Amino acid sequence: MKVLVAVKRVIDYNVKIRVKADHSDVDLTNVKMAMNPFCEIAVEEAVRLKEKGIASEIVAVTVGPKAAQEQLRTALALGADRAIHVATDERVESLAVAKLLKRVADEEQPQLVILGKQAIDTDNNQTGQMLAALTGWGQGTFASKVDVKDGTVDVTREIDGGLQTVALKLPAVVTTDLRLNEPRYAKLPDIMKAKKKPLDTKTPEELGVDIASKVSLLQAEAPAERKGGIKVGSVDELLDKLKNEAKVIS
Amino acid sequence: MAEQVEREHMDFDVVIVGAGPSGLAAACRLMQQANEAERELSVCVVEKGSEVGAHILSGAIFEPRALDELFPDWAERGAPLNTPAIRDEVYLLKDDSSARKLPNALVPKTMHNVGTPGAESGRNYVISAGNLCRWLGEQAEELGVETFPGFAAQEVLYDEGGTVRGIITGDMGVGADGEPKDGYMPGMELRAKYTLFAEGARGHLGKRLIERFDLAKGRDPQHYAIGFKELWDVPAERHEPGLVLHGSGWPLDKETHGGFFLYHGENQQVMVGLIVDLAYSNPYLSPFDEFQRLKHHPLLKQYLEGGSRVAYGARAITKGGINCLPKMTFPGGLLIGCDAGTLNFAKIKGLHTAMKSGLVAAETVFEAIQGGDEGGQELTSFTTRWERSWAYRELREAANFGPAIHKYGTVMGGAYNFIDQWLGGKLPAVHDTTPDHAKLEQAAQGRKIDYPKPDGKLSFDKPSSVFLSNTNHEEDQPSHLRLKDPAVPIRDNLPTFDEPAQRYCPVGVYEVIEGDDGQPKFQINFQNCIHCKTCDIKDPAQNIEWVAPEGGGGPNYPNM
Repeated sequence: MKVLVAVKRVIDYNVKIRVKADHSDVDLTNVKMAMNPFCEIAVEEAVRLKEKGIASEIVAVTVGPKAAQEQLRTALALGADRAIHVATDERVESLAVAKLLKRVADEEQPQLVILGKQAIDTDNNQTGQMLAALTGWGQGTFASKVDVKDGTVDVTREIDGGLQTVALKLPAVVTTDLRLNEPRYAKLPDIMKAKKKPLDTKTPEELGVDIASKVSLLQAEAPAERKGGIKVGSVDELLDKLKNEAKVIS
Repeated sequence: MAEQVEREHMDFDVVIVGAGPSGLAAACRLMQQANEAERELSVCVVEKGSEVGAHILSGAIFEPRALDELFPDWAERGAPLNTPAIRDEVYLLKDDSSARKLPNALVPKTMHNVGTPGAESGRNYVISAGNLCRWLGEQAEELGVETFPGFAAQEVLYDEGGTVRGIITGDMGVGADGEPKDGYMPGMELRAKYTLFAEGARGHLGKRLIERFDLAKGRDPQHYAIGFKELWDVPAERHEPGLVLHGSGWPLDKETHGGFFLYHGENQQVMVGLIVDLAYSNPYLSPFDEFQRLKHHPLLKQYLEGGSRVAYGARAITKGGINCLPKMTFPGGLLIGCDAGTLNFAKIKGLHTAMKSGLVAAETVFEAIQGGDEGGQELTSFTTRWERSWAYRELREAANFGPAIHKYGTVMGGAYNFIDQWLGGKLPAVHDTTPDHAKLEQAAQGRKIDYPKPDGKLSFDKPSSVFLSNTNHEEDQPSHLRLKDPAVPIRDNLPTFDEPAQRYCPVGVYEVIEGDDGQPKFQINFQNCIHCKTCDIKDPAQNIEWVAPEGGGGPNYPNM
C-alpha cells in the first residue's frame, strides 16, 4: 500500500510571531522555520504503518518555496522513501493546495493520504477536507487512532465530548490530531541518507492548477498586549469596577 | 544514566563542534582544499542550536579580512554584508544625562571602524553574525559539508591512550528523572581523525579539554565579559545606516568595566548592547539592569524612542586576549575561535580572528590528512602557522589592552592603551592573574543598587526579554545546569554574596525562593537558559557546571 503524506514548512512553534513594521504580513526574515507539528505526526504515522508491514512506500509532498525542501528532507530522514516538491513562491491558499494534492494523488494513486489537521501558521483546518471532497474519497479527520484493515481503515476521531470511530473504504484521507502518536527524532545516519533519496520538483503549471489567490491580505496586526491587572480593596470596589468601568454587569 | 549504553558510531575525517564563525570557516576551507586536490573528505559539523545561527549573538562590526581569504567572491555569493560602517562616534557617558564625545584623535586606533577608503583597518560592516553564519552554513553545505543542527556534542570521545577520537552526541528523549522516555534515542559516537572544538566562549567540552591537557599552563587565567544585545525597529527619521556608536562610563561605576554599542544596521534596525566585564566586584551588580537603564540615556534614547524592541539575547565573551590564550593543540584535535579565546578586545571584534583560526586549523588538518596522517596526532604545526598569522599578530599588539583596563581603570587604562597602540604594543606587559569568579566582594562590603523599574518602552523586565529570545527547552529532561554541591547556593553563596546568580543571569534562570518549609530554596529554571555560560564563569564557588541540554534547545535568535 502506498501512503502519501503532505507536509508544510511553517514558522517554528518556539518563535514569537512578529508583524512586519509596515503591517503587510508576518515577519519571516531569518526566522527559524520547521515542519508543521501536525505534519510530523502524519509522517510518524506513515512510518509506523510501514514498520508494521502495512505500507509499502511513503511519498512525502509539499507545496512551497525552494527552502521547503528542508522539510521534505526531514520527512525522508524520518522514513519517507521519496519526495515531491511542488515549487512556488506564491502564498497558496488551502483550496489551491488541495487541488495540487489532488493532482499528485491522481499521479501517485496512493491508498491513504495523511495530512496534519491544520498548519500552525494560518490554522485553517481545511486542506484535508477539501482534498477528500475533490477526490471523492472518505475522510477521517482529527485522528487519534488509525487502524488499517483489508481495504478499509478505522479512524478514531477526537470530537467534542468524546471519540468517534469511522470506517472508511480505501483510498481515504486522514488528518492527524495531537494524540495520534509521539514523533521520533531523526537519526544522524538517516539524515545523511535522506540527502540521497529521490526528490522530484514540479510546478503548479505542470500540474495544471491555477493557484492565484482569491483573498488578498490587507493588513497584519499583533494581538493587543495584555494589560496588567490591579488589586481591588473590597468586594464593593470590585462590583463598582465591573459595573462602571468594565460595564460587564448592570 | 549510569549503565553503559550501546552506541552506534559514524566515521568522518574531521568532526567540528559548533557552527559558528570559526567552525564554519574551518569546514568550508577543508572542503575547498579537498575539492581542489580532488580528494574525498568527510567533514561533519554538529550544532546544538535548532538551526545554524540560532545560538549566534554578536554586535557586530565585521572586518572581512578572513572572509576575503575564504571567499574572495563573497559579494557575488550574497554574503550578508550589506551596511558598511560609515561614521564612528565614541562617547564617555558622565552621568545619566550628559555625554562627552571623544575627539577622533584620542580614540585608540583599534577602535576606528571607518578609515581612509581602501585601507584595511577602515573597511568594516555592520552585520548580524547569526546571518553571516547562516550564509556560511549554506556555503558549507554546497561544498559538501555534513551539517547537523539540533545535535549537541555532549562528551569528548577518547581512546584508551587518552587521544581525542571524536565526540559523543547527547541522548535525546531522556526524562527529568534520567530515565528514557518514548522515542528515546541514545547519542552516537562521531569518530574522526581530527576534531575541531569551536563551541564559542566557555564551551563545556573546551573547558574540560583545557583542564585535561593542561592547555592553560603558564597562561593568565581567562577573562570574560557578558554582552547584552537587543535589536530594535526604529522610526525612519532616527535611522542612519552605518552609524557606529561606542562608549563607556555611566551607568557602570568606576570599579566595573565595560562599554556600550549602538549600531545602525539594515532594514531600519538598530542593535544596541552593553558589555559588562565579569571581573566586577560588587555582588549586588545586575548586568541586565545596568543595560536596561543605559537605554534611558539621552544619547541612546534619541535613536530608540518611538521604536520597538524585536529581539533580545546575551552571551559571554572570551576577552582575555593573548596573555590568556591557551595552547590550542592536543592529541587528536584543536581548540579554535572563542572556545580558545581569539577575540581582539582592543578592536571589540572577534569574528575575523575566530574565522582566521578556523582557516589555519583547516589548512593544518588538511595538510596532515593529505600527507597520509591517520589522525590522533598533536598538530604542533598549527601553532607555528597560527603564530605567523595576521590574527595572532593583532592579538599580540593588543596584549595589554584588557589587563591595563583591569589594572588602571577605564580612563587611565584607556590612556595606557592609547599610548601603547601608538607605540605598537611596546609598553611593559600588564597581567591580570585573578580569575573573574574570585573578584566578588562579600555582600557585607557590597553596595546595594536601586535599579529603576522598567518603563516597558525603553527598558524591560527579564520575563518579557527571555520571551523575545524565542528560547525553548523540552521541559521533561534533566537540568543542564548542574550543581557540583547542591547545598552551596543557600549554605555559602546566599549569606556571603547574597547569591549573585539571581542577578548575573540575564534571563532569571536562578531564583532564591521560599521553600515549603519557609526556608530559602535555590531554584533553577533551566528552560529559560539562553546558553550564555555566565553562571559557569562567575559563580564564586565554581559550583555551577553548564552542560549541553537535549539538542535543539536554547534560544532561537533571528538576525542577532
